[in-house]
Amino acid sequence: MICAPADSPALDESAREKITQLRDVLEASPDIRFITELRYQDKPHLTLIAALPSSAKERDAFENMQGQFFSSDSAPEAILQKSFAEELLGKRRKPGEDDTNVAELGPPLLGKDLVMRYAERMATPGPAITASETNGTQNAVSDHADDVAGAAYSVISREQTLKIVGISDLDPDSLRGPGRARVFLPLKFAENLHVMQATSLRDNSSAAANTPTYATVSVRVRSAKNVATVENAIRKMGFNTFSIVDATRSMRQFFAVLDLFLGIFGSLALAVASIGIVNTLVMAILERRREIGIMKAIGASDVDVKKLFFAEAGAMGVLGGAVGVALGWTIGRVINIGTNIYLKRQELPPEQIWFVPWWLVLGAIVFALLVSLISGLYPASRAARLDPVQALRYE
Amino acid sequence: MTSVSDKSKQNGSSVVSTADLCRHYRMGETLIRAVDGVSLQVQSGEFIALLGASGSGKSSLLNLIAGLDRPTSGSVVVYGNNLAELSRLELSKYRLRTVGMVFQSFNLIPSMNLMENVELPLRFAEVDRNKRASLAQTALHRVGLSARLRHRPSELSGGEQQRASLARALINQPRLLLADEPTGNLDSHTGMEILDLVREFNETLGMTVLMVTHERTLAERYAKRLIFLADGKLVDDQRNHEHETVPTLQGGRP
Repeated sequence: MICAPADSPALDESAREKITQLRDVLEASPDIRFITELRYQDKPHLTLIAALPSSAKERDAFENMQGQFFSSDSAPEAILQKSFAEELLGKRRKPGEDDTNVAELGPPLLGKDLVMRYAERMATPGPAITASETNGTQNAVSDHADDVAGAAYSVISREQTLKIVGISDLDPDSLRGPGRARVFLPLKFAENLHVMQATSLRDNSSAAANTPTYATVSVRVRSAKNVATVENAIRKMGFNTFSIVDATRSMRQFFAVLDLFLGIFGSLALAVASIGIVNTLVMAILERRREIGIMKAIGASDVDVKKLFFAEAGAMGVLGGAVGVALGWTIGRVINIGTNIYLKRQELPPEQIWFVPWWLVLGAIVFALLVSLISGLYPASRAARLDPVQALRYE
Repeated sequence: MTSVSDKSKQNGSSVVSTADLCRHYRMGETLIRAVDGVSLQVQSGEFIALLGASGSGKSSLLNLIAGLDRPTSGSVVVYGNNLAELSRLELSKYRLRTVGMVFQSFNLIPSMNLMENVELPLRFAEVDRNKRASLAQTALHRVGLSARLRHRPSELSGGEQQRASLARALINQPRLLLADEPTGNLDSHTGMEILDLVREFNETLGMTVLMVTHERTLAERYAKRLIFLADGKLVDDQRNHEHETVPTLQGGRP
């Protein structure tokens, strides 16, 4: 979960601590991320950098890491995401090709230095300065310069050498953890850099003060069940929140609506099918009136005749269910084969999109049996009530 | 009703006893008196022919005795069962156990082979599966169809079909055989073959036979008693003198 400052309160250290003290919150760490240039063997690479709290070490995302985690929370060290490590080594991965093993990337990179160029944000006391310095540009916010004493800050270009200590297997596209970043820095160290972040421009007034405020704070919650309550608590504090639960909400709504419509169509089909069964059986009774008459004449009771037609309805149901399952399975197979041909063309690994679990097979057949038995109730009792003399006269 | 049961008690040996039996149908505005006040006593082991023109009500009378139809008024008592008072279930059990029926159009079920057709009443009587097969085989053997067990009715001649339906009628060992024009769809030779079989059952098993027919010569040849119906009424009831001297199994006389 991430919280971003809404209008009123400042998302600063005290707010972060308050969030940490909320129930079910495991950890709240400022979310620092910025795009900047990293030099490796004098070649520049532009990438997204994110800060990692020391607690990230325990998370499974770093299980398959080469090298080790940061030696301390303020060490000038970096962990690289695998794809960035490949980029540094000049390896290009073709789509569809198997992932390179992280272990291969370790030896040539671990312990090496990276030079990070970044923009430091510095509060400037006094009025806005418009002049440029040799070492960097100075940004002035002049709107209310007179009202707010420290409403100006300067941005200074700096360089920092980082030591590569680890290479992670973490998927940059997964939403888990500090997603999409390809280089990670220790949190304390990153905080002290006062890197100019894109979001800093928005709240320039507080940025001017030298106390750090955060654009976003990542909050880790004990379990997914608690996300909503913690989110509410943070909202009450006056911050905006965003979580994966939010991201999937519209998707879940979409699927709920889809389910509803499929359910409506399904029940319509079911109703039509039931009427079909009733009709078929009633026709069968008309056709076999004479047969029913014969059976009654030779001693069949109402119950015997009812049983007979009931059994027929049941057989129809089981057969229909089995044929339906077979058809569904075949269609699923065809879709699977089709998508896999497509995926193969796109050089992507094959995927089993459609599969029929055994309980569904059984359930569908039992359900079909039940539906046809219920549909058979009326025709069977009608057959049983037939007058044998009239039925026998019928040719 | 009391008078009727008194009557049946008086005739202890009569297996079928009807008293003032009526069956009226309403066809639109007109009332059809198919059976109109028939009183009849049938003794055990008799072979009776019900004669009459078509529409005289002989089939309707047979249906009433068979428990396929219920009387409008009057009573029909068969082996102590007052059919008018039986429930639907009791009536079906009565048809299953007490009477066997043979029809003019054979009425075998076309989708079943002979074995299955003959086994059908045993199935309704909930007889054990293995026992059913051997009973059906014996019955079909008795009517001379051992070679046709797996044939469908459509693959057989009329005479063979009627034999099969006789086998079916007798499979539950009923005490009363009701035949509705059993020779109507057969040539006279096969008709006589069938009636020879019926007479054999009548004489060897002591089964009471009630046969509807309009062929007087056949009736005179096989039946021991001739009953004539016209317009739903019993008009004549006579012994067939040709059979006066033939003793029945029980040694009694019709």
